[in-house]
Amino acid sequence: MNRPEREAAARRIMERTQPAVPPDLYADVVRRGGRMLRRRTVARRLMWLLLFAASVTFLVWALMAHPWVEPPSDTTPPLTNW
Amino acid sequence: MRQRQASQGARRAREFEAFVAGAAGRLLHAATLLTAETPDDNPRARRLLTLSLAHTYASWDRLRGEDPYDRARQYLATRFARGAWHQYGGLGRARPHPGSPLAALTPQERLILVLRFFEGVAEEQAAALLGLPAERVHAICDRATATLLHPPRGPAPAPMGAKAVTS
Repeated sequence: MNRPEREAAARRIMERTQPAVPPDLYADVVRRGGRMLRRRTVARRLMWLLLFAASVTFLVWALMAHPWVEPPSDTTPPLTNW
Repeated sequence: MRQRQASQGARRAREFEAFVAGAAGRLLHAATLLTAETPDDNPRARRLLTLSLAHTYASWDRLRGEDPYDRARQYLATRFARGAWHQYGGLGRARPHPGSPLAALTPQERLILVLRFFEGVAEEQAAALLGLPAERVHAICDRATATLLHPPRGPAPAPMGAKAVTS
C-alpha cells in the first residue's frame, strides 16, 4: 500500500459518518458572538476612559506643580557681590 | 446614520447565516472526529463548533477578505489543541468513544490527521498553525495513518513509533 492509497483509505474512514447539525446552532452562535462583541466594546470604552482620565490628571498635576521649573536651591546661598 | 448601520447589520447577519448554513456541517464533522465522539452524541464537538463560530461572528467585520471558513477552522484547531491537554489529562475525564473511527489515536494525532486529510490543509500550514516543525507533522501523520489502518492489538506498539520517527 503506497502513500496515496493509504491517504485515500484514511480519508474514506474519516468521511464515513456525518453528524447532524443541531437546529439551534445559529441562534446560539449569534448570542455568544454578540456577547463577545459587546464585551469587547465595553472593554475598549473603558480603556479610552482610563486613558482620558490619566491624561487629564497628568495635565492638572503638571499645571499645578510646574515640574519644568528649576527648584530653588536650599543648600547653596545665592551668589551676590563678586 | 442609524439607518445605514441597521442595513449594514442586516446584511452582515444574512452573510453570516449563509456562512453558517454552508460551513457548519463540515466543521461539526471535523470537530466530532477531533473529540472522537459518536456522530449522534457529540456535546463536546458541538461546544467547540459553537465557540469557533461565535469567534468568527465576533471578528466578521475585521476579516478583510480573509476566508471565514479558514478562520473558523484555525480557531477550532488551536482551541482543541489547547483544550486537549487538560480534557484528557485527569482520571475519569472524557475518553475517546470506541465507536468513533479515530478512537485509537491520541488527540494530537487526531488533530493532525483531520487537518491534513479531512480538511486538506498543507503540511507546512498545519505545522505553522500548531507551532511544530513540518517534519514532526509529517512523522505524526504517518504514524497516525498507520495506526488508523492497522489498529494495534493491546498497548501501542513501539517499533511502529520508532519507524515513523526515523522516516
